[in-house]
Amino acid sequence: MKYVDEYRDQRLARTIAGAIAAEADPERSYHFMEFCGGHTHAIFRYGVQDLMPDNVHFVHGPGCPVCVLPVSRLDDAVELAERHGVILCTYGDMMRVPGTRQRSLIRAKADGADVRMVYSTLDALKIARENSDRQVVFFAIGFETTTPPTAVALKMAETEDLANFSVFCNHVLTPAAIGHILESPEVRGLGIVKIDGFLGPSHVSSVIGSQPYEFFAEEFQKPVVIAGFEPLDVMQSVLMLVRQVNEGRHEVENEYTRVVTQEGNLKAQALVSEVFELRKSFDWRGLGAVPYSALRIRDAYAGFDAEKRFGLSVKVTREVKSCECPSILRGVKKPTDCKLFGTVCTPQNPIGSCMVSSEGACAAYWSYGRFRDQKPASLEAAE
Amino acid sequence: MTATDQRLATSSAPVRGAVDMTHGAGGRAMADLIRDVFQKHFNNDYLAQGNDGALLGKVHGRLVMATDAHVVSPLFFPGGDIGALAVHGTINDVAMMGARPLWLSASFILEEGFSLAALEKIVVSMALAAREAGVPVVTGDTKVVEKGKGDGVFISTTGIGVLADETDVSGSNARPGNAIIVSGTMGDHGVAILSKRENLDFETEITSDSQPLHNLVAAMLAAAPGVRVMRDPTRGGLSATLNEIAQQSKAGMVIREADVPVKPEVAAACELLGLDPLNIANEGKLVAICEAADAQVLLAVMQAHPKGRDAAVIGEVIADRHALVRMQTRLGGMRVVDWIAGEQLPRIC
Repeated sequence: MKYVDEYRDQRLARTIAGAIAAEADPERSYHFMEFCGGHTHAIFRYGVQDLMPDNVHFVHGPGCPVCVLPVSRLDDAVELAERHGVILCTYGDMMRVPGTRQRSLIRAKADGADVRMVYSTLDALKIARENSDRQVVFFAIGFETTTPPTAVALKMAETEDLANFSVFCNHVLTPAAIGHILESPEVRGLGIVKIDGFLGPSHVSSVIGSQPYEFFAEEFQKPVVIAGFEPLDVMQSVLMLVRQVNEGRHEVENEYTRVVTQEGNLKAQALVSEVFELRKSFDWRGLGAVPYSALRIRDAYAGFDAEKRFGLSVKVTREVKSCECPSILRGVKKPTDCKLFGTVCTPQNPIGSCMVSSEGACAAYWSYGRFRDQKPASLEAAE
Repeated sequence: MTATDQRLATSSAPVRGAVDMTHGAGGRAMADLIRDVFQKHFNNDYLAQGNDGALLGKVHGRLVMATDAHVVSPLFFPGGDIGALAVHGTINDVAMMGARPLWLSASFILEEGFSLAALEKIVVSMALAAREAGVPVVTGDTKVVEKGKGDGVFISTTGIGVLADETDVSGSNARPGNAIIVSGTMGDHGVAILSKRENLDFETEITSDSQPLHNLVAAMLAAAPGVRVMRDPTRGGLSATLNEIAQQSKAGMVIREADVPVKPEVAAACELLGLDPLNIANEGKLVAICEAADAQVLLAVMQAHPKGRDAAVIGEVIADRHALVRMQTRLGGMRVVDWIAGEQLPRIC
């Protein structure tokens, strides 16, 4: 596969791994948070950790859109599908996330609710056109990457006067979450979570550019390297972070220059600000209420806002107490620190959201990395 | 010309109209349907007996029986259709026991309103697949369900085969040190189906690998009678099959990503859709596990056979009380190869 295999080349990987091992100071450790679930997935899927020296650690961040959606919003989606009788269109991963009392959209569907998996907002619009006698709601989730397509859908719905279509908007913002993590007591005061730098988001940065991270680099004195999602991108970015730390620099560097520019995609940004505005505060699973961290639909498009169209009830939400998703999303705990991990909670029967999405830290640990904690008997004998 | 069209070249005058409830009611309409479609195309001495069941010949050896229900959507796909798939799927299940398939049965569940011409096209394809494989459909049944209670046609087939006395093939036979071989490229069938799904239509030259494997299996057993495990990686793909065998044999496995054959087009489609080729279904491939000493002989026999040209040794069985399947990645790291959670692709076989 041209343009892909080049970024997974073993020979190059060994060269970069050699450089990291040579330059990483054996007297200290390095903790880098990969904000994006896409990076978490790549690190585990390709076994990048195996090519790192023992003192370079990855701290998994909250950048998995499915994982950070609070249970209350998921319960709202279930309510839309069950009580309001709409056709609820959702991205596939959202179907299996358990809400209050383990109620998920897939269970609601099994009980007769009309929940449909879509691959894009255009599929949802198509369903709305083909079912003009039904209300069709698009369950919009995700970071800055998935926001422009939702904006396009809203504009198309307005142009077509697609009165039976609306959007349940849950779009969230990356910089606000990074800022919140850096200001949290675990990172700032208590030092429970050690972060020496960030692997910056790939696709999110293609939209917002590298400029929004400059504030963190300066204010919190943490280096940021924007990294592509391929394993060699991740490794090269780790090398760049190690060099910044060693040299005492804290700059925003861009490893992913083939896609990301400083200013980002201005057209997409304009589109998003035309359709959406900031929410004063939004609840994140794991992070709690984060000010100005999410988007809502502007008044000009209020007619397509599912929150306004359907009177959603205020719910008492309940999460499984022993589920450590909230701490895992903040980097405070590792999946293996959770009592439920691999016992009650597996990808087949997820209790928390981090076990559902392939970008979730628990799912990545379990599906790709669990041999690290369960060494085969043959290896145990060899040691 | 599609594979189904080629199969159809032997067909005569088309049957017109649609399935209605009378076709399953036991009366004249049903008798006509059986005569004009099923008997006409399956056409063999067993069906000609005209009884409720088929009287089969004497067999020497242990018998193997396998059954498989087919609900694929779409019914016609690049490289095959539900009819041929229903024959190949069950023949392969019998063959994976190391047995020689002898007979098939077929049950059809038809939805009211389903095109009779499409049904005939499917039956023609199925009859041709059975004839090519040398495994006749000797008995069958048809039921009709009301519109909305089925999806066109569902086909369930059962196969019976005979096993040589010396053959001992089972998922529980893998032992540390054994070699793991696949008979060809992974993921072709699933991607071919996916490319035709309503909401995902994309251009690709990939065709399903749907094919019977019993002749390949016979050649393998003749060359290396000590083959320990054979299984076809259908739903859930290679990863599910290896995990099943690992669990059954209580052993671990290590495979090498670089050695697993995957067509570039399949790899590209998976990359685009965020899928893993190891999780994608195959309908004409097998995994074999044998003593390391037999691996090269077996591999040569497979590569010399038209249905195993791309065969490759992909890894080894290791001792591991956790029965984990692991993979050395192309990059040089290690990861678990897990079964997929839930469904990756709906209704593929």
